Amino acid sequence: MQLMEGEKEQILSCVDEVLSNSTKEKEDLIPILQKVQAKLGYLPVLAMEKIAEGTDVPAADVYGLATFYNQFRLNPPGDHEVKVCLGTACYMVGGDITLESFERRMEIKEGETTSDRRYSLERVACVGCCTMAPVVVVDDEVEGKVTPTRVDGIMLELEGKSDKSDAKDSSNGSKNTGNKDDSDKEEGERI
Amino acid sequence: MSELVKITIDDREIEARAGEKLLWTALENDIYIPHLCAIKDEKRPNASCRLCFVEIEGVDHPVTACTRKVEEGMVVKTRSPHLDRLVKTGFELLLSDHDLKCAKCAANKSCALQTIAKERGLKLRQKRFKLIERDYKIDDSPAEFAYNRSRCVLCGQCVWADREEAKVGAIGFTQRGVNRAVTTFEDIPLADSICTECHLCVDACPVGALYYKSDLK
Repeated sequence: MQLMEGEKEQILSCVDEVLSNSTKEKEDLIPILQKVQAKLGYLPVLAMEKIAEGTDVPAADVYGLATFYNQFRLNPPGDHEVKVCLGTACYMVGGDITLESFERRMEIKEGETTSDRRYSLERVACVGCCTMAPVVVVDDEVEGKVTPTRVDGIMLELEGKSDKSDAKDSSNGSKNTGNKDDSDKEEGERI
Repeated sequence: MSELVKITIDDREIEARAGEKLLWTALENDIYIPHLCAIKDEKRPNASCRLCFVEIEGVDHPVTACTRKVEEGMVVKTRSPHLDRLVKTGFELLLSDHDLKCAKCAANKSCALQTIAKERGLKLRQKRFKLIERDYKIDDSPAEFAYNRSRCVLCGQCVWADREEAKVGAIGFTQRGVNRAVTTFEDIPLADSICTECHLCVDACPVGALYYKSDLK
């Protein structure tokens, strides 16, 4: 992933700060990675290199740790975050096909971010509304029964939204009530 | 710890050093126990290949010989229907994602998997588990050797050689579950990494994952 302007300095100062507040022992590696990710939103390659230097752990091991745990992400969150559920219920009704549709539309693989950082795609395991399977979470809003056709619809809607601030504004409005209402409505329709 | 004790392996009385791991005692006495991940100098063995199971009298479940220390009067069995079944399952799981084109492999006839198959009368193919076909790109960037991830059995011998013998730290275990692999930092080719191309890892590889280009026919 190409770093943006000024991002390099931001990463270096962040890692410096986290390292100076830790014991730099091998046991401290996970908390260090967690703190850096909390600040930067992800673990850039540069940050992992610097952490490896600072803690005297081989960089390959830092990379191994970051790829082992699901909580660490190696790509920056996109302006629009799409999470496809592949829990049991969603998987059974074709969640993997939904995921593939997104991968094709965004031209990235699961876990990646588009080079313009507009979209990021993730897989999650159960959002908690299996009756709506297959479920997709788009910028904190839950979408149920997402067929490949609906994927096209979602992508069109997202293309309409201009940038991050817009997306957050519109989703914030419905964030508190939206999700629940949506699922209730879905339930109601079916009954 | 060099106190000598008497133990019995497969009805054979053996004099062994107390505290040594059972696997090495057996191998020294020409009693074969299948193994891939065991490293003699490793203080806490990985015990990850699940092939060196033995039965010990008085212990109600099979144990891995690479982790069990020799004790006075131990009575050990290396073969039984239960053990053979365990080893067979472990072996078949290893084969289920292994690139089994032995004729094209540099380790053909010197491969640990072939040794295990021969010693235990196992087949070098399996039908019980779904075959996971790997099509990883072969990393042939180093001058003398290459790395074929599709043939890796994740024994960790190369990682040990890289860390403890070469003291480089170029390779390590990454990812999780079926995607687990030995790779460099950020999955870059070996030649672009901090690898010094000392090829100690190639010498350590029991299968044909890390191999000399000159060995490839």
